[in-house]
Parts: sequence; structure tokens; C-alpha cells
Amino acid sequence: MVADADIAALDATPSGRARAQAAGSARRWRGVGLGLIVPVIAAVGWEFFVRAGLSDGRLVPPPSRIVETFSNLAATGELTRHTAATVLRVAVGFGLGAAAGTLFGAIAGYSALARSLVDPTLQALRAIPSIAWVPLFILWLGIFEASKVALIAVGVFFPVYLGVMAAIASVDRKIVEVGRIFRLTGPAMVRRILLPAVLPSFVVSLRAGLGLGWMFVVAAEFMGAAEGLGYLLVDGQQLGKPTQIVAAIVAFAILGKTTDWILVAITAPFLRWEDVVAHGEAR
Amino acid sequence: MLVLENIGKTYSNGVRALDGVSLTVPIGEIVVVVGGSGCGKSTLLRLVSGLDRPTDGRIVLDGEQITAPHEKIGMVFQEPRLLPWLTVADNVGFGLQARPREERDERVAAQVARVGLADKAGVWPRELSGGQAQRAALARALVTRPEVLLLDEPFSALDAFTRTDLQDHLLDLWHDGEPTLVVVTHDVDEAIVLADRIVVMRPRPGRIAAEIAVALPRPRDRESAAWDAVKRQVLAALHGAREGAREKATEDGGAMWW
Repeated sequence: MVADADIAALDATPSGRARAQAAGSARRWRGVGLGLIVPVIAAVGWEFFVRAGLSDGRLVPPPSRIVETFSNLAATGELTRHTAATVLRVAVGFGLGAAAGTLFGAIAGYSALARSLVDPTLQALRAIPSIAWVPLFILWLGIFEASKVALIAVGVFFPVYLGVMAAIASVDRKIVEVGRIFRLTGPAMVRRILLPAVLPSFVVSLRAGLGLGWMFVVAAEFMGAAEGLGYLLVDGQQLGKPTQIVAAIVAFAILGKTTDWILVAITAPFLRWEDVVAHGEAR
Repeated sequence: MLVLENIGKTYSNGVRALDGVSLTVPIGEIVVVVGGSGCGKSTLLRLVSGLDRPTDGRIVLDGEQITAPHEKIGMVFQEPRLLPWLTVADNVGFGLQARPREERDERVAAQVARVGLADKAGVWPRELSGGQAQRAALARALVTRPEVLLLDEPFSALDAFTRTDLQDHLLDLWHDGEPTLVVVTHDVDEAIVLADRIVVMRPRPGRIAAEIAVALPRPRDRESAAWDAVKRQVLAALHGAREGAREKATEDGGAMWW
């Protein structure tokens, strides 16, 4: 009991907790600030370099011209149109790929027989560079949206499949036995034990899948698209507009980071229980 | 009444873990099973819990054969096995999911307070000490008011001080509903403080070597001469079981089997 009381005292004093949280957020802001130093210096430096006339900045446009291109694209509605096209493709492709990856991963993780049946085939398919599917997808699905979405879905599928399968196969038998003692039936066992247990690794694999989704949307839009941020890239190259290329790249960076952040923010409330290093300092 | 009829268990790898174990436990009795590792005592408990099924014989509770986990049988494992994604209160209420919300909240709150964790009800299991976590596990098993509670070396991972405390606490909790307790341990003192009856097991295959009734008045004085007498009796039975095992298995170096 003495030991218990001591630990409680260490852990749970409210003021100590608030102090630790304040220190944690200060540390985070400091991290953000430190991370910004290098890119900001590089951008400002290049801006001065071009303004001073040391370079014409045509092939490597300075930040001011990129911002200008951005606002021009935004003013004409182009930016919205291309961004919407790309986001829609990623959303649909990610949705399909993640759903299929989750389903197959869950089946293969749950049943050893299913794993022996489908895993070798899927692993063999995984070894194919996904871009190699492009010609086949175009023949099968045409040159419009379906083939692009299919390519993105294939890219998203594998990390999600692997993550879910590994997570389910490694759920602690001891925790499953707790469910059995309370006579949970199949669906209840999945909902109350297996799903929460695999959620942390599931989120990690979804994030990996989403990253690949953004990668593959570019490949998909390279193979012939009338709109989309990938189209802006190709168009910028063919018409010699490096500012447009860089603007599209920046848009990809912002979108990729934002969607990843949204994914993390949506799932964070379900993962507050996790006992991990990152939470340790915030406690 | 819990009845074990000639139980035997052979694992799929051919190991005979239990052989011809028969035991009758009336309602409310506290039976403690002692023996060294490998004598099948944990296997025995898993069979009674319904997690595993015996190869031979039958386990019958109140005339009903046990072939799968049963609502009248609760289990506390060696580790707390709390679900890390549920708060302490939700862990305790895990087995009450089918009950109406109000009744569940009420029973959980009462049980959490009963094991002394009222101030910890809303925290995650990771914030509990080992002793607190095991008390939460006890509460989770007791809140469904089982007729039989099985405990598999429940306090063996705790320090000596916390262990003694939890043994007394378990006896206190037992008075609430006086369930049948079947406790597995390798700690002779733990057996004597808890048991109405001590069942000593011998290994290879696991069988019952001796049964010792413990008639000491409660609360039991760990310093008394009567305690020492029971302890000598249990140790002698364990020793006899060991000797018996040694005669059977001199070649495989099984002398230090506990």
C-alpha cells in the first residue's frame, strides 16, 4: 500500500500534471520554431539573391513569384479546380484501397488458412512496381478517372493490408482470453477486443497508405489528365513555367501534410490510452 | 457445487498434463491448489474456466457440464490483463455490457470503491501500480457476482508487502458474496492464509497427491504454532510429492521441480 500511495502521489498531483503539460507544449513550439529556421533562411536568402540581380530566378523562382503564381491561379479559379480534381482522386482511391486493404488484412490476420491462401499471391503482386500496372489499367479501365483511381487504390492497398494483417496476427492471446472468459461472441470479440487492440498500428498503416496515395496520384496524372495538380506539373514543364511547377509542388506538400494531420487528429481521441514515449512527456 | 470427475488433459504435443483428478468443492469453500511448476495446476484452472477442454472426464457446476466459459465462473489471471484502451471503471464493467447503463454504473462504482480504487476509476490502466492493477482485475471478476472465482497465481508478481495486503483484501471481498474460490499458488503461506482446504499436486502427469483441511480460526495468525504445524504438514506433502516424482523421473533431472 505504501508503494501504491507513493506512485499515486508521483503521478496524479494536478499541479504537477499541468506543469508537465505546459512544459510539453513549450517544447513542441520550440521544436516547430527550430524546424522553420532552415527553410525560412533559404527562402528569404534566395529572394534577396534574385532581387539583388545575382540570378534571374527563371528556373528557380523566388518565393515572391511563387506566391504571385498561387494568387493568379487562385484568382482564376484554376487552383480550386485542379486541387479539387486531385483531392477527389486521392480520396476515392484511398477510400477503396484502404477498405480493401483492411478487409483482406483482417481476413489474412484472423485466419491462418486464409493467410496461407492469399498472402503469397498478394506478396508477389506487391513486388510489382505499381506504375507497371498503368498500361494495363488504361486498357482495362480507359484513360479517364477509373484507371487513375485504380492506380492510387493499388498504392494504398499494400501498406494497409500488411499493417492490418501484422497487427491482427499479433494481438495478445492473453487479452483475447479475457474476452473469452466474458463469453464474447465473434462480432463482439472483434469490436471490443480486436479492433481497439489493432487501432494504433492501423492508424500507422493508414498514414503510410495515404502517403503512397499522394505519390501515386502524381503518377496517375502524369499519364494524361486534363486537370489536377499533376496536370499543372506536366503543363508547367511543357510550356516552360517553373513557377507553376513549384506552386504545384508546394500545393502537394501542403495537401499531403494537411490530410495526414487530419487523419491523426481524427484518430487521436481513440488513442489517448496509448502508453508511448511521446505521451510520456505530456502526462 | 463444483465437481471434477476424473479429469485428464493431454496437450496436442502429446504431453500428459493432468491425469485422474477428482475434486468436489461445495459452494463457498476456498480451495487452494499448491504444487511446483509443471504439475498441471494452471492447466486444471484453465479447464475449470472453460478456456480449455479436458481430454477425459467431466467438470460439472450445479449439474451443468462446463465445456466453455460460463457466466457463473469468473477468472483472475496471474497478470491483471486489463484492457489498456478502457479506463479502470470501464475495465471493471467489461463483463456487464449487457446490463442497463444505470445498473452497470452503479455496480461498477460500488465494486471499484470496494477494492479501494474509487479515486482511480477514471484513469488508464497504465497509470496503476502492480497492486492496484491486480485489484482492478479482481473487481472486474467480482462485479459479475460469479458463483465460482478462479485465481491463477494472482499475487505472484507482486512484492511481498502488497501480496500480504491483497491476500487479506481477497478474504474480505470473499465475505461479500461468499463465492467458491479456487486459487492456484506456489506460495505455501498464501495457501495457508486463504484456504479452507489445500490440495497438493504432484507432477508428470499432474495428479492430486494430498488434501489438507485447514481448520485454523480466522483471521489467521502467521506467527502461531498452529500455523507452523499446518505449514509443516503442507511442506511434508509437497516433499512427498517431489519424492514420488523423483522416483518416477530420476533420469530427467526433475529433482528441483518446484
